[in-house]
Amino acid sequence: MSQDPDRRRVLECLGWAGAGLVWTLGGGAANSVLLGQAQAAARGATPFSFVQVSDSHIGFTKDPNPDARATFGEAVEKIRALPQKPAFILHTGDVSHLSRPEEFDDAQQILKQAGLPVFYVPGEHDMLDDGAGQAFSERFGKDALGDGWYSFDHGGVHFVGLVTVKELKAGGMGHLGEIQLAWLKADLAGRGASTPVVVFTHIPLWTIYADWGWGTDDAAQALALLGRFGSVTILNGHIHQVLTKTEGHVAFHTARSTAFPQPAPGQGPAPGPLKVPAGQLRDLLGVRAVSLVRADAPLAVIDTNLA
Amino acid sequence: MLKTLLPRAAACLAAAVISTAVSARAAAETPTVRIDNFTFGPQAVTVHAGATVTWINGDDTPHTVVAADKSFKSKVLDTNGKFAFTFATPGTYSYFCGLHPHMTGKVVVTER
Repeated sequence: MSQDPDRRRVLECLGWAGAGLVWTLGGGAANSVLLGQAQAAARGATPFSFVQVSDSHIGFTKDPNPDARATFGEAVEKIRALPQKPAFILHTGDVSHLSRPEEFDDAQQILKQAGLPVFYVPGEHDMLDDGAGQAFSERFGKDALGDGWYSFDHGGVHFVGLVTVKELKAGGMGHLGEIQLAWLKADLAGRGASTPVVVFTHIPLWTIYADWGWGTDDAAQALALLGRFGSVTILNGHIHQVLTKTEGHVAFHTARSTAFPQPAPGQGPAPGPLKVPAGQLRDLLGVRAVSLVRADAPLAVIDTNLA
Repeated sequence: MLKTLLPRAAACLAAAVISTAVSARAAAETPTVRIDNFTFGPQAVTVHAGATVTWINGDDTPHTVVAADKSFKSKVLDTNGKFAFTFATPGTYSYFCGLHPHMTGKVVVTER
């Protein structure tokens, strides 16, 4: 395993197919593309890719995007056009804007066009029905545990979906809670440290900007449980822009929205939809493809905008 | 022209002054808290028991108003959405936005 801290910190940025960017973390795609399949197979992991979409906010109709359904549809077209068929899609929350049944319906119908399994975790905008998230759970979380968390394995990678938007406390940020953390501890126990782990959730597990609530109060406890694993990739939404950080073996990636961008942390008086000219909107929306190319290396994460 | 307008303007001004006085008195017992830029303003309001506080969301992001002790909770307020709650019992009521819990405010209710 490449542990050279300098190499790990290196963030390379390569053009990709004329649209979007390839982000690779140290020891990532450049090596992986050359060495990928044989090594992954040798370590019991099967190379595959999956897609992350986030913050579709179906029902949003305001500036700068009068039709979040249309841009979500464009995102699905991007997924359909990917050269390598992904195994599945992760939706990291804020599926809807106001938790209305027709918003969930439309999101589901649009995403169905991708023809792939979809795994959801809720955002705070999906908690706004009278049942405080019941509508989301009944539709998207049938197989989930507790308040909506779950895990599954694919191709030798362990995927963990966490809920950061339930039981939020006055003055706080995102929240996992003791019950979910206890479940996570049990879920990870007994798994080999060489198992690549992908955690997906809505609110970032690193504090990006506390004044805007862009973080999770008790994330440190989750990160402590993940610390012994050699490759941890944490994917989230909520802030509607691509930000990346690597800490040891843990790579954090926030995703673009398919509906509207938000300001950079602390830029302006508040978060919320960033008003941009219509011609620039699609530059700031996007989807993300993630590939496992080597079981002992960081996953290759490719963000593509909708332009 | 000017002659005819001036008395009207004066009358309007007087009416405006009266209405401001009335609304100021009313505001003491039916205050409005605006939600702008992810902030409750004013952050703290003081009312007598029996007063009704109204919240109006001026953001293009939805918010909610939730008591820290769960004694009241609004439905989601989209842009220009309103929520009103009548405080019958004296006390200090801390509240927050259920979507963005870093947004906090309080209502202090005094004896009549």
